[in-house]
Amino acid sequence: MSEKTTFWLDGAEIPFTAGQTLLEAARRAGHYIPHLCWHPDYKPHGSCKLCTVKVDGRFVSACTTLAQAGAHVENRTAELDDMRRTLLQLLFVEGNHFCPSCEKSGQCLLQATAYELGMMSPHFDHFFPNRPVDASHPEVMLDFNRCILCSLCEQAAKRDGKFTFVMGGRGMRGRRVILNSESGRLADTDFSSTDHAAHVCPVGVILKKRVGFAVPYGQRRYDQAPVSLLDVAEAIK
Amino acid sequence: MALPLETAPHPETLKRVAIDPLTRVEGHGKVTLLLDADNRVQQARLHIVEFRGFEKFIEGRPFWEVPVAVERLCGICPVSHHLAAAKAMDQVIGTTLPPGAEKIRRLMHYGQILQSHALHFFYLASPDLLFGFDAEPQKRNIVALSALQPEIARKGIQIRKYGQEVIRLTAGKRIHGTGAIPGGVNKALTPEERSFLRKDIYAIIAACREAVELVKRLFEENRAHYEAFASFRAHAMCLVAADGALDLYHGGLRARLADGALLFDHFDYSHYWDVILEDVKPWSYMKFPFLRALGDCDRGWYRVGPLARLTLCDYIPTPFAEHERKEFLAFDEGAACHATLGYHWARMIEMLFAAETIKELLHDDDLSRADHVGLAGERRERGVGVIEAPRGTLIHHYRVDENDQVIRANLIVSTTHNNQAMNEAIRRVAQQYLDGNELTEGLLNHIEVAIRAFDPCLSCATHALGKMPLIVELFDAEGRPLDRLVRGADGRCQRA
Repeated sequence: MSEKTTFWLDGAEIPFTAGQTLLEAARRAGHYIPHLCWHPDYKPHGSCKLCTVKVDGRFVSACTTLAQAGAHVENRTAELDDMRRTLLQLLFVEGNHFCPSCEKSGQCLLQATAYELGMMSPHFDHFFPNRPVDASHPEVMLDFNRCILCSLCEQAAKRDGKFTFVMGGRGMRGRRVILNSESGRLADTDFSSTDHAAHVCPVGVILKKRVGFAVPYGQRRYDQAPVSLLDVAEAIK
Repeated sequence: MALPLETAPHPETLKRVAIDPLTRVEGHGKVTLLLDADNRVQQARLHIVEFRGFEKFIEGRPFWEVPVAVERLCGICPVSHHLAAAKAMDQVIGTTLPPGAEKIRRLMHYGQILQSHALHFFYLASPDLLFGFDAEPQKRNIVALSALQPEIARKGIQIRKYGQEVIRLTAGKRIHGTGAIPGGVNKALTPEERSFLRKDIYAIIAACREAVELVKRLFEENRAHYEAFASFRAHAMCLVAADGALDLYHGGLRARLADGALLFDHFDYSHYWDVILEDVKPWSYMKFPFLRALGDCDRGWYRVGPLARLTLCDYIPTPFAEHERKEFLAFDEGAACHATLGYHWARMIEMLFAAETIKELLHDDDLSRADHVGLAGERRERGVGVIEAPRGTLIHHYRVDENDQVIRANLIVSTTHNNQAMNEAIRRVAQQYLDGNELTEGLLNHIEVAIRAFDPCLSCATHALGKMPLIVELFDAEGRPLDRLVRGADGRCQRA
């Protein structure tokens, strides 16, 4: 049986069980820690850094750091949220995120998190990268213009025993998702629209074709409630 | 062959006057005038100087994204682009719309007509008409209208607000919604939503009837001026229903020549290029469409929009609007049908038609049917969607490859159809009012009044609460400045 004890998150006492991360324990207790690359079904890897918190004065990723009894954790402070906004702004300018015409709008974790953290502008100059759409597959389209390199597609494919998506390349402009086929096209991989990877993308990269804007305003995921409420509601249901 | 006043034979000897910016739809336009030593107008041109690029940057995008992407062309009439693109994509997926879906789209469109026409007339154009073309600039805006004619302003706001509500309940948002999707719409109307809209529609119809009366009264009181102002005969084109009725959502193309002869009728718009071609001129970024059978744009240019529609259709299928159409056509033996300011009268009649049509639709239970998306049928490479937007015929033409990506797009928007007609209008005004006179702000506003009669988006910026800065400079043949008028953000005009 796991031993239950507590730590402190923004002044609130949070119970946890041994082996739980700060993010898992906080969610269970109804506290939202912003995150993008973390997913409850996959191993955390701390790459987006949006869940960065301060534990006794040190910056750590909440998704990969195990909860420690008695620790004092800062989460939604002005300092941390300001840094998170900067991380979001960097993500927005690195890709081509045109929310007004994006079918993921209203159901996109990046957009919802930007709203949650009050991101009012991109602040930095846009890179406007040239990333062609891969529409070769009959059922699923890839628009890497919106990729935030969360690598969830890579992990989800592995869950099905596949290596369809692989993180590759180096550097700010070089790092990208590579498709595991000689042509580099999705249609030539072993991808299937029933794979876990087809449904895991938190932004608008992996999209089921010909769905588009079928969900009307008012019924989209984040029309119901902000991400902070939905995230913890899913954790405790 | 150049049209009169389009190109002066020896421009190097003439003085140049530029109204720049005119600030049009989504960007900028300008008017340039070339005057001789006696201030006689030798050349007048309306230039649309901005490059939009939508046709290019939707290449490669998935076809289902297009109706939502292209509506960003405009903040005043996004529904028109949204629906024209959706109609084109219906063809691409080879579907037939369920009856409820088409009616919801029609409701959305007539809501759009209502709000756009109200905005155009009450907010943007009516201050010119009510206070005078050369009234103080401070009076030529909706704020002054609210102060001096509060009842008229209130009616305008009321009609526009209602139209916006219709759009909100059909498209999801008042501006830039997502309601129309290839094959149908993404939501039906609930009985509660229909009941909510039905509550006020009779008051809106009454307000629209008053609006028609207002324009009619203005014409009656300023008969000679209104009938003569930038008046000319022109070819005209619009969609009409199968029985010749006015229909702003769907139909076949009809074109009538300036002499009254019918050029084509009920033409299937999916091959519009058989009857319309586009030309270019070296001095404008905007293309010049023309009726193909007439050879070139100098002979084949035409008019679209409310004036064209009301003079081309056989009848209006709603009673109040049809009554008004007959009065409009009969006024001074048809004088209003050729007058540029007749656009406003026709516009108000269409607004009444839209309100009456909305009333009919709101009583139709098909609006609440659950089957609001049709099944995809035989896939086609090409899709053409045509709709009568508030300002005129709007053509969206796409080609989509086997991977669902757009590979080509061509949009002919209302402003483009009216390009030559607007140029013709400003040339008439230049000849009628500016020729041989010293320039004043009021005289220059006459040019903008003519453009405003066609295009609300130009007037939108011009009437942005008097904030549009305007500089008019007059140079002699050697390029030496002779005269300079500056209109500041406060609307004051100074000779600098």
